[in-house]
Amino acid sequence: MRIDCPHCGERGSAEFSYLGAADPKRPAANASAEAWHDYVYLRENPAGPLRELWQHVHGCRQWLVVTRDTRNHLVLGVEVCRGRAV
Amino acid sequence: MAFCQSGPAMGYSIFSLIRHALTGNRHWTPVWRDPEPKEFYDTIMVGRGGHGLSTAYYLAKEHGVTDVAVVEKGYLGSGNVGRNTTIIRSNYLLPHNTHFYEKSLQLWEGLEQDINYNAMVSQRGVLNLYHSDSQRDAYARRGNAMRLAGADSELLDREQVRAMVPGLDMENGRFPIRGGLLQRRGGNVRHDAVAWGYARAADRRGVDMLQNTEVIGIRVEGGRVKGVETTRGFIGANRVGLAAAGNSSRVAAMAGLRLPIETHVLQAFVSEAVKPLVHQVVTYGAGHFYISQSDKGGLVFGGDLDGYSSYAQRGNLPLVEDVMESAVQLFPQVSRLRYLRQWGGVMDMSMDGSPIIDRTPIEGLFLNCGWCYGGFKATPASGWCFAHTIATGTAHALNAGFRLDRFATGAVLSEAGHGAQPNKH
Repeated sequence: MRIDCPHCGERGSAEFSYLGAADPKRPAANASAEAWHDYVYLRENPAGPLRELWQHVHGCRQWLVVTRDTRNHLVLGVEVCRGRAV
Repeated sequence: MAFCQSGPAMGYSIFSLIRHALTGNRHWTPVWRDPEPKEFYDTIMVGRGGHGLSTAYYLAKEHGVTDVAVVEKGYLGSGNVGRNTTIIRSNYLLPHNTHFYEKSLQLWEGLEQDINYNAMVSQRGVLNLYHSDSQRDAYARRGNAMRLAGADSELLDREQVRAMVPGLDMENGRFPIRGGLLQRRGGNVRHDAVAWGYARAADRRGVDMLQNTEVIGIRVEGGRVKGVETTRGFIGANRVGLAAAGNSSRVAAMAGLRLPIETHVLQAFVSEAVKPLVHQVVTYGAGHFYISQSDKGGLVFGGDLDGYSSYAQRGNLPLVEDVMESAVQLFPQVSRLRYLRQWGGVMDMSMDGSPIIDRTPIEGLFLNCGWCYGGFKATPASGWCFAHTIATGTAHALNAGFRLDRFATGAVLSEAGHGAQPNKH
């Protein structure tokens, strides 16, 4: 599996570390316990395209949003993860 | 003639084996029926892996619930029960886990007589190696917790390990082996035979096995489950149990549930056959690696998850390299061995590394998932507890900790203490 890093070009997945789904949004600090439970524990876990967070730890060290099909590991798109707390 | 009728139809025995051998093995008959789906069942199990089959069996045996169908999208045992490293053990630390897995090990010990099927249960011992003083202390604590729960454990020193497993590289320069935690009652079981044996035993108690019947929807009306939509039409039910392993999130989503589960791929490997090298199950304490040897001589081994969400049933090469490196660190002589095959299974990784056997917010809908990569050893107790939960509507003491709402209440069961990081358990 290879990921096309916007800064470094196409690299093997072993250069990257994986965090998980990119779309859960961190609630406000004073949000309800239910909102925090949903954010921390619940996942869509789709069989199909999934937007997820990868960090190019052995390259530019940037966080990336990688869209990848979980059924066949095809990388469908890579964007720089700007303007959000990871 | 009476002897013939009571032979294969009633059960396997040395006499039936001899009689079939003498008649050229031409008269074996299918061991379970292939029925048409009825319109309605009392209970439908979704997923016919080890856990779905054992649940159906214990529903019939322990609770007299025989109006049961087990539906499966593929053929019987086509999922993780047919693609694992076949290890059984009960070497856990936390109370809910130790008692549950010890129950499972006890059920394994009586399984073959119970279901009249040779599952090749082999209690050859599970040895967890330690490589440092602090790791020894942790294993001593774990061993004590196991004995408190009624399991067996022995803390071995370096020389005992050397004598028990002569092939190990004890003097590994980076991670020398200091000793190990041994559970003698652990070992291996022939995984396919577990699926076949439970299927046959459940079928004989009246459970319908519906192969190639994929669930495409779950009908819920007024907060109550009414049945499942399948590729062979709608089947009504009072109760539906979900045991879909890596596909749990997809199946639960049909009922509008989101689960604390991520699906990950785990690879395993078999080498070419060699003379006896490892007589136990041995795990590496300085890496994630476990190895045993099959009766045919192949080394069966595996390691860590690939680490990313996947439904692909195959992994990638970096993890293959990682596992092979661990193998050679423990047993340098395997470096020239060829491996025969490698495969990947999809794991229902829960957010704390422990399973879920519970009711759901939908009346009549029950959930069994979150087995991470330890589902095989749990097969008997998982079915036993899930059957109890479905039949009585309440959890047994053994699965009282495996609640779906524990993430909301804070009563998580994390052996590793990694937090909500399903790819690190």
